[in-house]
Amino acid sequence: MKRGFALLACVLCAGLVHAGTAPHVSASQAWIRVLPGALPAGAYALLRNDGDKPIALTGADSAAYGMAMLHRSSETGGTSRMAMVDAMPIPAHGTQALAPGGYHLMLMDAKHPVQPGDTVRITLKFSDGSTLPVDFVARPASALGG
Amino acid sequence: MKFPRAPRVAMLLLSLACVLLLAGCQRSDDLPFKLTNIRGHMPDLQFQLTDDNGKAVTAADYRGKVALLYFGYTHCPDVCPLTLAQLHATLQKLGPQSNDVRILFVSVDPARDTPAALHAYVNAFDKHTVGLTGSPGAIEALSKRYRSAFTREPSGAGGNYEVTHSSAIYVFDQNGHARVLSANAPPEDLVHDLKLLLTGGTSP
Repeated sequence: MKRGFALLACVLCAGLVHAGTAPHVSASQAWIRVLPGALPAGAYALLRNDGDKPIALTGADSAAYGMAMLHRSSETGGTSRMAMVDAMPIPAHGTQALAPGGYHLMLMDAKHPVQPGDTVRITLKFSDGSTLPVDFVARPASALGG
Repeated sequence: MKFPRAPRVAMLLLSLACVLLLAGCQRSDDLPFKLTNIRGHMPDLQFQLTDDNGKAVTAADYRGKVALLYFGYTHCPDVCPLTLAQLHATLQKLGPQSNDVRILFVSVDPARDTPAALHAYVNAFDKHTVGLTGSPGAIEALSKRYRSAFTREPSGAGGNYEVTHSSAIYVFDQNGHARVLSANAPPEDLVHDLKLLLTGGTSP
């Protein structure tokens, strides 16, 4: 009985760890392009998956913004378009970037004006239920990268 | 009776050959651009819009400057800012010559892009940028003139909508003639071609 309880506790703990911080994903070069006024901003970062299994970024949220959505810009026949996507896959032992002109987070309804130089924490959400808090640096509109 | 027809056909062919020859000459005469040469294929710059200071302007107001025409909208968080940031970097590489260039950012979303909104937006990128807006009809006419398509589609939440738009940058010379078109070309090619236009071909 005691052993069964310990086992259950272990399973629960494992579950908690699983739903906690993404164990194999790390982010670098995280930045936000700040636009004037209340305009939506794009957020970018390089994500690395050191795990043995592919994983996908499925969303994000931030206390600094009312809404954060995963989007992808694409280019067909000289026309740019932007669409909402459900997931951005990151291969096992590989990287995938949120980068201008491709996948990005669209941040809307800033709670307070964000200025270049500010750091904004955004929590990334993954397909296995794990999350990863990342500090994004706010850059001016004319920045070309993080 | 069939006889006079042959010379007529010959004349027609000859004049056609002349036209082709001239067209060929004109192209080889042109500056050694790296981007797509659109001289003679796109009409001169022409519009009647409102600038980001709320002033009524026409293409004539930008004669004497090399003009870069780009269609976009301010609620575009990714591609439009990327293009404008790249154009800012391009103009920086031109040094003082950048004062003879104007980036004309035409809003395809005039309902949301007021002159004031455009003013804050374009000045966040480069001081040589002019935001242009106007009636939906005037903007459509300009975009049609350069065969630049855009669409607006509702995307649900909060009355937001998505806009698809042409990613091309149309370059006009100091006389308002269409010269080159950049569609995802390397920024160095645009720098190269702008230098050609700014110096009339004396320094690439």
